[in-house]
Amino acid sequence: MAENSASLLDRSRTVAGPGYNRWLVPPAALAIHLAIGQAYAFSVFKKPMGALISGNVDAPAPDDWTAGQLAVIFSIAIVLLGLSAAVFGKWLERVGPRKAMLASALCFAGGFLIASLGVHLHSIWLVYFGYGFVGGCGLGIGYISPVSTLIKWFPDRPGVATGMAIMGFGGGAMIGSPLAVALMAQFKDVAPMGVAPTFIVMGLIYLAFMMFGVFTIRVPAEGWKPEGYVVPTTSSALITTANVDADNAIKTPQFWLLWVVLCMNVTAGIGVLESASPLIQESFSDAAMGAGRGVTAAAAAGFVGLLSLFNLLGRFFWSSASDKLGRKPTYMIYFGLGIALYALVPTLAASASLTLFVVVCCVIMSMYGGGFATIPAYLRDMFGTMQVGAIHGRLLTAWSTAGILGPLLVNYLRDNQKAKGLTGAAAYESVFYTMAGVLVVGFIANILVTAVSERYHVKKANAVPAGV
Amino acid sequence: MNPQPNSHANNTEEPSSGLSVALAWLFVGVPLMWGVSQTFIKALTLFR
Repeated sequence: MAENSASLLDRSRTVAGPGYNRWLVPPAALAIHLAIGQAYAFSVFKKPMGALISGNVDAPAPDDWTAGQLAVIFSIAIVLLGLSAAVFGKWLERVGPRKAMLASALCFAGGFLIASLGVHLHSIWLVYFGYGFVGGCGLGIGYISPVSTLIKWFPDRPGVATGMAIMGFGGGAMIGSPLAVALMAQFKDVAPMGVAPTFIVMGLIYLAFMMFGVFTIRVPAEGWKPEGYVVPTTSSALITTANVDADNAIKTPQFWLLWVVLCMNVTAGIGVLESASPLIQESFSDAAMGAGRGVTAAAAAGFVGLLSLFNLLGRFFWSSASDKLGRKPTYMIYFGLGIALYALVPTLAASASLTLFVVVCCVIMSMYGGGFATIPAYLRDMFGTMQVGAIHGRLLTAWSTAGILGPLLVNYLRDNQKAKGLTGAAAYESVFYTMAGVLVVGFIANILVTAVSERYHVKKANAVPAGV
Repeated sequence: MNPQPNSHANNTEEPSSGLSVALAWLFVGVPLMWGVSQTFIKALTLFR
């Protein structure tokens, strides 16, 4: 029985048979990304978890967990996302996507169950270990597990394929947030704030949902290619037909330039995400817009929701567009247009141009999402398909870095301006100008990306076939 | 576009039908659309 179970997960058992439709692979990938994308909705638990003892979110008890303690949970998860993706990337390439997806599902769901126990026992360390450490490993393994498989199934449209999957990560928060709110309301009489049973139910729901991906995913047979697709026989300047393994990839300047590209794009995007709600309320207040015409807290929450939608749409739109535009030009747009738009935000805020302000922020967020979704295809172009999942995993440490440094930088700049007595849009000027500067660094790094030297290429005889 | 395998896989599964593809997309599409609609409704408060 155990032998049968093990073999069902083996890479050899996931090779697609004749007639397998490759359009089954994106839903399998989405099942994983829609689940793990819940991580971005973790903030929905912050207030209830900060009032488990008092039972009143507006009046926490002295022994209740503080906002600072609760913020660490997400930070651990996002750091573990990058680290586990980096560490387990080569294992994923070896064992195949099914086993990796199963590991991700068990870690992610298990993290919820452990965190539930932590909430029940009121042990913050157990929550850190459960949702942060174990769940974070599930995030990292799950994030990269379908990416290289998708790229191999869609050699003709890698941007479209990875855009679809990574769009799911953006959509995961949109499902996770209202689901958590509904479940906590349902269980509020069963346990303090309904948090612990909500964690259990969400863990089980996500486990079942991810299992669909585990058993639907297939890798293409050796030598498979889409109908009518002609495999390029010569490398163009920035699209290689060779392969670079993960250990050699990190020795190339191109890897580190792309690391900077991703890190800068994410850092700048976080600048908008962290500032969006307070900036729109403070800049477009009743004082600026006229009595009763200012942006309320509820409208600001709507603005954040709108940004999430554009973050999601941008993942698919820009990544798909990169198949036509080319990866390097697409990042030129993210950074070039981004620099102009970030620099424009304080002016729009100061001039009370609400509509333009909203439009500009939405475009910025679409490019933030696009940066995440386009990077796997960029890596495929530079390093080939052989170990693109493992290379992508190592590159995600850039996301972890930005996830920690970005909010620190933004909060420091904003607090510094406010300490000087600046209010409204003026308090955010330095944030947006600094983020425009961050994008300049990314722009330069992207300009410097050139083809990888042939000395890093895997010799043909040593190459692991892409489809296997 | 269906795949055209150049070599046989070592399993004997049935070819995937259009219905199975549609069901797979529904399985992930329905929750995604639900989440998007919830967010869209929330976003509408900005324009009221």
